[in-house]
Amino acid sequence: MTSLETNFLGIKSPNPFWLASAPPTDKEYNVRRAFEAGWGGVVWKTLGSEGPPVVNVNGPRYGAIWGADRRLLGLNNIELITDRDLYVNLEEIKRVKADYPDRALIVSLMVPCDEASWKAILPLVEETGADGIELNFGCPHGMAERGMGSAVGQVPEYIEMVTRWCKEAYSKPVIVKLTPNITDIRHPARAAHAGGADAVSLINTINSIVSVDLDNFAPMPTIDGVGSHGGYCGPAVKPIAMHMVAEIARDAETAGLPISAIGGVTTWRDAAEFIALGAGTVQVCTAAMTYGFKVVQEMITGLSDWMEDQGYETLADFQGRAAVKVRDWKDLNLNFVTKAVIDQDQCIKCGRCYIACEDTSHQAIDMSEDRIFTVKDDECVACNLCVNVCPVEGCITMKRIEPGQIDERTGQVVQAEHGDWTTHPNNPMSSQAAE
Amino acid sequence: MTDQRLKEGVAAGRLSRDTLQDNFCDLHPPLDPHQAQVAADRCFFCHDAPCTTACPTDIDIPLFIRQISTGMPHAAAKTILTQNILGGMCARVCPTETLCEEACVRNESEGDPVQIGLLQRYATDSMMAERPHPFERAAATGKRVAVVGAGPAGLSCAHRLAMYGHDVVIFEGRNKSGGLNEFGIATYKSVGGFAQREVDWLLQIGGISVEHGKRLGEGLSLDGLKQDFDAVFLAIGLGGVNALSADPSAWDGVTNAVDFIGELRQSTDLSSVAIGRDVVVIGGGMTAIDAAVQAKLLGALNVTLVYRRSKARMAASEFEQDLAASKGVVLITSASPVSLSKEAGRMQITFEYSDDDLQPTGERFTLPADQIFSAIGQTLVSNDLPALDGRKIAVDATGRTQTAGVWAGGDCASGGDDLTVTAVAEGRDAAEDIHAQLATS
Ligand SMILES: Cc1cc2nc3c(=O)[nH]c(=O)nc-3n(C[C@H](O)[C@H](O)[C@H](O)COP(=O)(O)OP(=O)(O)OC[C@H]3O[C@@H](n4cnc5c(N)ncnc54)[C@H](O)[C@@H]3O)c2cc1C
Ligand SMILES: Cc1cc2nc3c(=O)[nH]c(=O)nc-3n(C[C@H](O)[C@H](O)[C@H](O)COP(=O)(O)O)c2cc1C
Ligand code: SF4
Ligand code: SF4
Ligand code: SF4
Repeated sequence: MTSLETNFLGIKSPNPFWLASAPPTDKEYNVRRAFEAGWGGVVWKTLGSEGPPVVNVNGPRYGAIWGADRRLLGLNNIELITDRDLYVNLEEIKRVKADYPDRALIVSLMVPCDEASWKAILPLVEETGADGIELNFGCPHGMAERGMGSAVGQVPEYIEMVTRWCKEAYSKPVIVKLTPNITDIRHPARAAHAGGADAVSLINTINSIVSVDLDNFAPMPTIDGVGSHGGYCGPAVKPIAMHMVAEIARDAETAGLPISAIGGVTTWRDAAEFIALGAGTVQVCTAAMTYGFKVVQEMITGLSDWMEDQGYETLADFQGRAAVKVRDWKDLNLNFVTKAVIDQDQCIKCGRCYIACEDTSHQAIDMSEDRIFTVKDDECVACNLCVNVCPVEGCITMKRIEPGQIDERTGQVVQAEHGDWTTHPNNPMSSQAAE
Repeated sequence: MTDQRLKEGVAAGRLSRDTLQDNFCDLHPPLDPHQAQVAADRCFFCHDAPCTTACPTDIDIPLFIRQISTGMPHAAAKTILTQNILGGMCARVCPTETLCEEACVRNESEGDPVQIGLLQRYATDSMMAERPHPFERAAATGKRVAVVGAGPAGLSCAHRLAMYGHDVVIFEGRNKSGGLNEFGIATYKSVGGFAQREVDWLLQIGGISVEHGKRLGEGLSLDGLKQDFDAVFLAIGLGGVNALSADPSAWDGVTNAVDFIGELRQSTDLSSVAIGRDVVVIGGGMTAIDAAVQAKLLGALNVTLVYRRSKARMAASEFEQDLAASKGVVLITSASPVSLSKEAGRMQITFEYSDDDLQPTGERFTLPADQIFSAIGQTLVSNDLPALDGRKIAVDATGRTQTAGVWAGGDCASGGDDLTVTAVAEGRDAAEDIHAQLATS
């Protein structure tokens, strides 16, 4: 029997689908509806310190990019943390957790970067019975200008320090939410680890300007004629998030540190990919904001059907299996030689592969007078561009040249053994050359 | 070779086998995986989706289409079949243009709905071809239910009851199951023996036995069934046909369209099915259209469909009317048959024009005919039935008849359109009520 049950840092949830800290988890009303719809857990919309809450803009706070048919591909926002009173939120969290003991309920926090502020709020959160906290070191707009959010997340020393304070003053798991707005995600992850974090979650949103209004010459969303950069999320950011998750999963210093993956999860497949890269749970914001809470039903049925087809009984059966296959470029086998092959039965003769290769790649596709397109094996470098531009899925594929056969482009016999850059004769630093 | 289509009288083999095969292939060919992706991508995943509301079985259409989009047609099929166990047949025969697809919001935005029917077929076909039966029986309850009639209503009810662990015996008057799925639906809507394949697949749930050749009213009595079983579900459809007038002898030579269609559906060699050169069909519903179109596809030279009221009043949808016209059927509206004569072995049928209130105008016309099919509606037959409401068995919203312990659904029961999908919904809902009742007794 396939089970989606998740045990993340000892926090159990019926499935790995959690709602990320954002408007979908802003209040009791939403969270109850989310649990009823089947979400395994939620990270409550980020709470700030006691006192008058922050205020949001009163004009548009979202911008987006779409596909031709209005499919939302990327969302941008300039929303801040919760604009509701701390105590109202805490009361609601307590009530909801009591009513849904089987779901994960994590409280996201962002307070000024001093020990007193953190130590003031932690007992209040502890009191709610929530399963853990998530430190929001990610929010890239508004709060960052005030020295919080990504302003902390961009300084590994701060991350380590705040994490340590939280571990001292709070008894349950501490998850550190990372910002992608840095150059190397491993540094903040290592800092969180050093500070004693139980897990990291990533990514928060990416600094962005999503579009410019060419009538008013202002970024969108536009507030009274001007705009501000916002945080980018949704399907478009998934590749960036996956890379960052993989970097943490395979880094020697942070290997084994539990990861809750966030960024563009829209379907069961996105979740499966993140889990294969090492994630223990996934968090979702934009997909819920686009399609409503019911979208989780597709994720749940899709993931469990796929697992059943593959014979996986639990998430652990495939968790991390792709992480170990993410390597540095230098480790890739240069003796793995492929050539593009065009299936003439499927080809609709559009010529896209030809012109892509002819104008921008290696002039390796031949076009006959009657529009027959064939790959020239003596020119093809196997770049895969034609595969990616061909409108017919599966029409162009890559065929491996078996060891012992001649690569017509180089005239060399393809070697069976692994041979990468580290040992390549052209590499002045290659270990062979060094010998 | 002379053109067999010109041959007078009623003859088989008017068209070559190849042409016949082409003519009777899928009306709407199935989608391939890429087409299904493109079609599915158009769905907006509407909230409280109007398409679902329009589906008599309440299939969660946005969810199943999303499951197709994400490459999980089997999960999509399960979403469909949970609500409608004959989702495969319904995908083929539902007049979607008046149901889900008519309600699709894409009509508002661009006048072109999501292809819900074809997507449903894509999902259910994948499941049936690639996966075992997706439902399991609950532990046996020891309760026994009799279902009379193995059409869509009976099958749907039986499956749901079997799933809940009850033992079901279906008594079916004919020697084959499926009801009108097997004997009525137009050939080009259900090709490749799909109706029987679907029945076999449905019965894989277990706990259902079918006894063919057993008719209520002939050997089986309602009282007997009530005694032998814990509940009875009647799903006998409409076995009779309406007569053209009180005096049947005046219409000697007119055949029932349903019989013609039934014969056609059971034929294993379409070139052996005889059809007239000149064919007249009387009626304005789905049956009339199906008879006319199939007569044409068999090679009849002239097929005229005559309906007594205006085009707008036809029960057949605009899509079906256009289908008939595109196949070369001539549609004449606002005319009723008044007399039939025979000259030199050929029939001549005379019609009189009338307005929408059926007031004759006095103008008449006569059509020559080698065959005349009457398709003016089916009626309930059987004597041993619970109380009627008009011409059908009276039932409440849960399918209960006025006889305790007896439920009814599908075409034979009051309320609802006479459609396959409605029969499935009524069978399922009655099963739910029977199950609830059995749990308390
Ligand atoms: C020619 C034609 C074309 C149609 N096309 C479409 C279409 O394209 N789309 C659509 O949605 N609907 C269509 N319909 C309507 C649809 O077929 C019916 O609404 C549907 O089959 C009703 O299901 P049912 O189970 O109530 O009855 P039926 O399908 O009629 O099944 C009744 C079953 O009960 C059996 N039976 C009858 N009397 C007894 C008895 N006394 N004892 C035991 N068994 C008995 C019969 O042999 C039969 O197997 C069409 C109908 C006809 C006639
Ligand atoms: C409107 C909006 C508000 C957000 N607010 C918060 C927040 O308060 N705290 C936080 O940690 N992340 C916040 N996020 C970031 C999300 O939790 C999430 O990390 C990000 O959107 C990426 O996931 P997605 O691609 O599924 O949307 C917000 C995102 C959006 C769109
Ligand atoms: S989504 Fe709701 S709150 Fe937001 S702008 Fe539209 S109507 Fe107003
Ligand atoms: S891009 Fe694909 S379909 Fe177009 S010509 Fe090349 S192989 Fe054929
Ligand atoms: S109405 Fe149309 S677009 Fe909306 S959910 Fe139904 S099929 Fe999809």
